[in-house]
Amino acid sequence: MNALQMVIADGMTITRRNALKIKRTPDQLGAVIILPIVFVLLFAYVFGSMIDIPGMSYQEYMIPGIFVQSVIMGAQITGYTLALDLRKGIFDRFRTLPMSPSAVLIGQTTSDVLMNVTGVVVMTLVGLGIGWRIHSAPHEAVLGFVALLLFAYAFSWVTAAVALALRTPEVFNNVATIVSLPLVFLSNAYVDSARLPGPLKALAEWNPVSTIIQAERELFGNTIPGKSVPGAWPLQHAVAASLLWSVLILVVFVPLATRLYKRSVSR
Amino acid sequence: MPPAIVAEGLVKKYGDVVALDGMDLSVPAGTVFGLLGPNGSGKTTTVRILTTLLKPDAGRATVAGFDVVADAHRLRSRIGASGQYAAVDDHLTGAENLEMVGRLYHLGTRRSKERARELLERFDLTTAADRPVKGYSGGMRRRLDLAGALVAGPPVLFLDEPTTGLDPRARAALWDVIAELVAGGTTLLLTTQYMEEADRLAHRIAVVDHGRVIALGTADELKDQVGGDRIELTMASPADLETARRALAPLAVGDLRTDTTAMRVTVPVTNGAASLTTALTGLAAEHVTVRDAGLRRPTLDDVFLTLTGREATEKIKEHSR
Repeated sequence: MNALQMVIADGMTITRRNALKIKRTPDQLGAVIILPIVFVLLFAYVFGSMIDIPGMSYQEYMIPGIFVQSVIMGAQITGYTLALDLRKGIFDRFRTLPMSPSAVLIGQTTSDVLMNVTGVVVMTLVGLGIGWRIHSAPHEAVLGFVALLLFAYAFSWVTAAVALALRTPEVFNNVATIVSLPLVFLSNAYVDSARLPGPLKALAEWNPVSTIIQAERELFGNTIPGKSVPGAWPLQHAVAASLLWSVLILVVFVPLATRLYKRSVSR
Repeated sequence: MPPAIVAEGLVKKYGDVVALDGMDLSVPAGTVFGLLGPNGSGKTTTVRILTTLLKPDAGRATVAGFDVVADAHRLRSRIGASGQYAAVDDHLTGAENLEMVGRLYHLGTRRSKERARELLERFDLTTAADRPVKGYSGGMRRRLDLAGALVAGPPVLFLDEPTTGLDPRARAALWDVIAELVAGGTTLLLTTQYMEEADRLAHRIAVVDHGRVIALGTADELKDQVGGDRIELTMASPADLETARRALAPLAVGDLRTDTTAMRVTVPVTNGAASLTTALTGLAAEHVTVRDAGLRRPTLDDVFLTLTGREATEKIKEHSR
């Protein structure tokens, strides 16, 4: 068995293990389904009644933002689960086996894609229910979902690295909340970033979360026809920039998380 | 045949705490080697280095001919390891846990399933095989973890305190399994805090303290070194205790110990039964009333006290995890 075959085989074994765990802990899956529903309804009706986006309905504007917010929150399951496994000592078993060292993280992030797909399907249905529509061509819409799931997958590796560095599930949860809230809210998810004051505007426009949200809006056709998007370079080239972000995150965080995995179990 | 396990001058530090301070070991293939010592003496750290979980700060070690650092990956397919804390997945069933381990040893799906069933039967877990491990008792989890170490039938096996927390029946069953394995040619390195366990299973025993070997030999050699058997006599009064201490001193081969609270004298002797008779005859002549008399084998505490001059249980800083 060569190295690549081993990564794939072992990655599948760990994915199967995690899928069984998801099946046996329905509460986790429940959170993945219920949280996006709460987000959609809460933001659509609370913010929607206060915030006006000239030229389009607020529901159309914010659903892509909810999509991205939900996958960022969902990706934290990866980190949390890893921190729990680290505490329980199962990684010691894995580390004495002749398996691929990256398989544990590949299996974990892959099974979390399944969770994200579930979450995205639920949000799409709820979104359609409250008046959100896809106005783009089918291939663009498909690319929209693919780009969203790719970003979710990349972000899972970020949370994996953070969790393996922090080591305890409780500390990870606190840090994840403190970091992810500004990341989501200091963006164009719920407000038009062009209307934010000076430094906030710059931060929001260069925030990768804004880029991926803008890409989603363009790919689902949730933009005002004929109106160009003001703002920084990533917002002008949102689709390309968001794919670039996802690839860049993977290039940095896959090796980093793998290194931390090897080190964190070596105590 | 070269030794299955060799360690030369292993050193491991955690900050200022020296966990291993020049650990040397050599275990011939097909034998059982016992590492005997209290918590924090470096037993677990040694096992973690030999099973590639930790890298040593200095020194070198090979297992089945493979270097633990440079050849870690190839080494892992030749070993099985079971730690102090059961490394099993709570949400998976017993069978699923073992099948997963089989797949990760690359045995293939069919063989992994077969092997899982064989081991579940061997460890008396057949009825619980398809229940999630979450509902298992502590003893069942330990057995499952041990079964996990045996999935690939490895030539070299590491068991870190394998029977800690097991009931006597499970302990006896495990000892039988281990004896069977070794009869089949498996090399075993076992750590334990119990002299009895090392005595029963190990061909050779290394007593470890402060991260190094302080005594090495067969169980009988070690016991002779600490004075063979122990006579324990409980007296009726403090005056009798004092008389007994004086009367028995000539019999002792090492330090005679008295416990004034329990009014007990412990005498290390070489020839247990004969010495006990001599002692009782001698005390009767002195008109001392003996409440209780007994003969026992040395414990780890006795070995420790003799070798280091302090009790094993009054421990050394805890740094094993």
